[in-house]
Amino acid sequence: MSSEMIVFFILAAVAAISGILMITRANPVNSALLLILNFISLAGIYLTLNAQFVAIIQILVYAGAIMVLVLFVIMLLNLQDEGPLREELSKRHYANVFFALAVLALIIEVLGWQGGETLNAMQQMAPNAVQNGMVQNIGDVLFTSYVFPFEVTSILLLAAMIGAVVLAKKRFP
Amino acid sequence: MIPIHYYLILSAVMFITGVVGVLTRRNAIIIFMCIELMLNSVNLTFVAFSSYLGNATGQMFVFFVMAVAAAEAAVGLAIVIALFRNKQTVNINDVNILKW
Amino acid sequence: MHQYVGLIVLFPLIGLFINGLFGRKIKNEKLIGSIGSGAVGLSFLVAIGIFVEMLGMPAEERGSVVTLFTWIAAGSFKVSAAYQIDQLSIFMTLVVTGVGFLIHVYSIGYMHGDRGFWRFFTYLNLFIFAMLNLVLADNYLLMFLGWEGVGLCSYLLIGFWYDKKFDGVGITWTGDAGNKAFWVNRIGDFAFMIGMFLIFKEFGSLTFNEVMGGAENLAVGNSNVFWITLLLFIGATGKSAQIPLFIWLPDAMAGPTPVSALIHAATMVTAGVYMVARNSALYALAPDTMMVVAVVGALTAIMAASIGIAQNDIKKVLAYSTVSQLGYMFLALGVGAFTAGIFHVMTHAFFKACLFLGSGSVIHAMHEEQDIRHMGGLKKVMPKTYWTFLISSFAIAGFPPLAGFFSKDEILWKAFADGSGVLWAIGALAALMTAFYMLRMVTLTFEGEPRWAADKHPHESPSSMTIPLIVLAALAVVGGFIGVPAVLGGGNAIHQWLHPVFAQAEKTMALPEHHNHALEYALMAISVAIAISGAWFGYRMFKKDPEADGRISSKLGFIYNLLSNKYYVDEGYDGAIVQPVVKTSDRFLFGFFDVRIIDGIVNGSASLTAWVSRLMRTAQSGVVQNYAALIVVGTLIVLGLIIIG
Repeated sequence: MSSEMIVFFILAAVAAISGILMITRANPVNSALLLILNFISLAGIYLTLNAQFVAIIQILVYAGAIMVLVLFVIMLLNLQDEGPLREELSKRHYANVFFALAVLALIIEVLGWQGGETLNAMQQMAPNAVQNGMVQNIGDVLFTSYVFPFEVTSILLLAAMIGAVVLAKKRFP
Repeated sequence: MIPIHYYLILSAVMFITGVVGVLTRRNAIIIFMCIELMLNSVNLTFVAFSSYLGNATGQMFVFFVMAVAAAEAAVGLAIVIALFRNKQTVNINDVNILKW
Repeated sequence: MHQYVGLIVLFPLIGLFINGLFGRKIKNEKLIGSIGSGAVGLSFLVAIGIFVEMLGMPAEERGSVVTLFTWIAAGSFKVSAAYQIDQLSIFMTLVVTGVGFLIHVYSIGYMHGDRGFWRFFTYLNLFIFAMLNLVLADNYLLMFLGWEGVGLCSYLLIGFWYDKKFDGVGITWTGDAGNKAFWVNRIGDFAFMIGMFLIFKEFGSLTFNEVMGGAENLAVGNSNVFWITLLLFIGATGKSAQIPLFIWLPDAMAGPTPVSALIHAATMVTAGVYMVARNSALYALAPDTMMVVAVVGALTAIMAASIGIAQNDIKKVLAYSTVSQLGYMFLALGVGAFTAGIFHVMTHAFFKACLFLGSGSVIHAMHEEQDIRHMGGLKKVMPKTYWTFLISSFAIAGFPPLAGFFSKDEILWKAFADGSGVLWAIGALAALMTAFYMLRMVTLTFEGEPRWAADKHPHESPSSMTIPLIVLAALAVVGGFIGVPAVLGGGNAIHQWLHPVFAQAEKTMALPEHHNHALEYALMAISVAIAISGAWFGYRMFKKDPEADGRISSKLGFIYNLLSNKYYVDEGYDGAIVQPVVKTSDRFLFGFFDVRIIDGIVNGSASLTAWVSRLMRTAQSGVVQNYAALIVVGTLIVLGLIIIG
């Protein structure tokens, strides 16, 4: 087992476990912190994929901006613990969990063991993966091929900003 | 080398974790965070394929997904605040006005 | 003038709309009556104009068709609103508008003070409109429109005094009598319609000209034509009150008397006769149907006449008399004497309208008393009514040289010559009864000592009522002279006039010429003797003893009861047809089929919907997580399909 593999497994384990812990915490602050941990480990996994730009963005945008905002809101609302999770779970919830796990089983069945020729051929990363992940390359593609969606994103963000202001400010009748 | 299956299975596990969270939790903010988790699992898939196929488009998508996630965070949290203002709760069991 | 035929139909329509829409506001009876009568009078004038023009033409050019507009066009099926003017239709038009006009005028006096005055004239105009469509139509469908239209008017007018009681089998109100007429007619109309479908199937057209043209190529005895003619005849038995559908006509007397005169004596009930005559070319191809027509006509004539003997209601007597006379007409048609049948339609229209109007005048004078046993001695009080009534009675009894003599004698002669001795004997016996019961009625009503209650003060009717009586009585006297037979040195003008219409039928039937004048004289003498003896008998018996009925009934109890109860036909129909239908409808169709099956389906579909809805609404919980769970389930299914596929 190569060192790359070991790093991946550690990061993957942290990501999966922090995710599972995140959805089982009664206190939203704990959840948020676990999610940040998840995001950071994801950023590490991105690095193993040679996606340096995405890894940095992941830290900056998700862990840095979005999760700070979430934490800020949690604290602003001063939410109490939800109470023990067991009390929340009803039969309906068990059924839902069962369905979700069934979907997971099917996905793994389809992807992992029945992946077929196409996926089995991808044992190696493409040779230019290192180049692709670099900021220079990303910027190149972003501002040439994807310049229009990029500009449209600004409109989306503007709209979201206005929406957020309106929603947060206005009292509903 | 790490086969792509590993990334994809990790992505699936994270995604289903998010789904289970959405389906079982009642705190709107935790549900919101679960959605972020699901978005990130998809991002992981994108980046994995992008690297293994040597195509930067996947990472472009991640970029846009993050933009959308940011927008969603802004609006979603604004909705949570508005909800809390009106109902003094973020428990979605108390917010079932979709049924009329 | 031909092209103005539309006006004949238009004037009553205008009158109908004026009176129908504004009659309630007008309130002025004279104005309403003038509009109603004037419309028909104008139609009559136009008809006379066309008639005079036709007189000036050679016989073969007299027929023509005026198309107003295309009514229905669907593939090969095309029907126009078109009017056929020929010798037969203009003749009927003259009778309908002429007699109709007189009865309209009479109604102004008769209906005076009735709160439905405007309604009455509206219906009358509607009737004339429908009747003119019936006689002038150039195709079966337009004829059927008129056919149904007159049926509707008959219904409306029988039940005109809808709040009045009326006695009969299963009848309490005048409206019930209207219903009865409508329903019984419906049976005939149904047969008529099927006949129409068969005609279209056989000839591919519904216009008379094309059907008659197609009939030229068919052989005598064609089975399709047999069914067509038989079904049309069943239609005619409904409208013209023949066995077995005659039962509605006596109860139709619930309506105002002018209605009885116009619709149930002079015009509408002769529609069946007209229809059969119009289809003479088809009937000529079906000797079996002709036999049926003749036998039904003869039986109706004798049966109705015998019932008429034992009736005490003045209008009932006249009603059975009408049924009997219609039987004569069908007897004539059945033996191929189409001209004689139409001739009798005309003369009958004159004297029967006069009799009905006369009876209306009497009823009016007697303050709605209709029982002839409570009359008597009216001769002095209302001489005009008496004389016109007497003349018309003689006319219907067949006294020479009044109108009835010529037409009835021609029918009897043709029945003997082209039919059989049995048909003639039945007709002659019916003639005897006719003379007897007419004179019985006249005697009981007008002769002898008054038998009415002391508080009644009969009076002669106003001139608006008596003038039509006088005109009709005059027509009943002179009307017959257009049909004086050759043996009496007459030209038989009506035969000449109608000959082109029936030429095709006569050619098909190829009836022999009769030159046995001695026999014809002999039969004529017999019918005159029958008329006189019957009349004398009726006069003597009831002049001497107005209570003669009672004596007879005590001696001939069974027969008298049979007659006065109309052979129990109504009761028989009630038991054999009406009650089973009602019971089946009530028990099976309503009690089981409607309540269980139909309602079951309706309620079942409602409860099914409710059940499914209850099931489905559990999915509509309003909890977002459930919806998200459904998405997961959907994903599960899609993924499962992918794996299986």
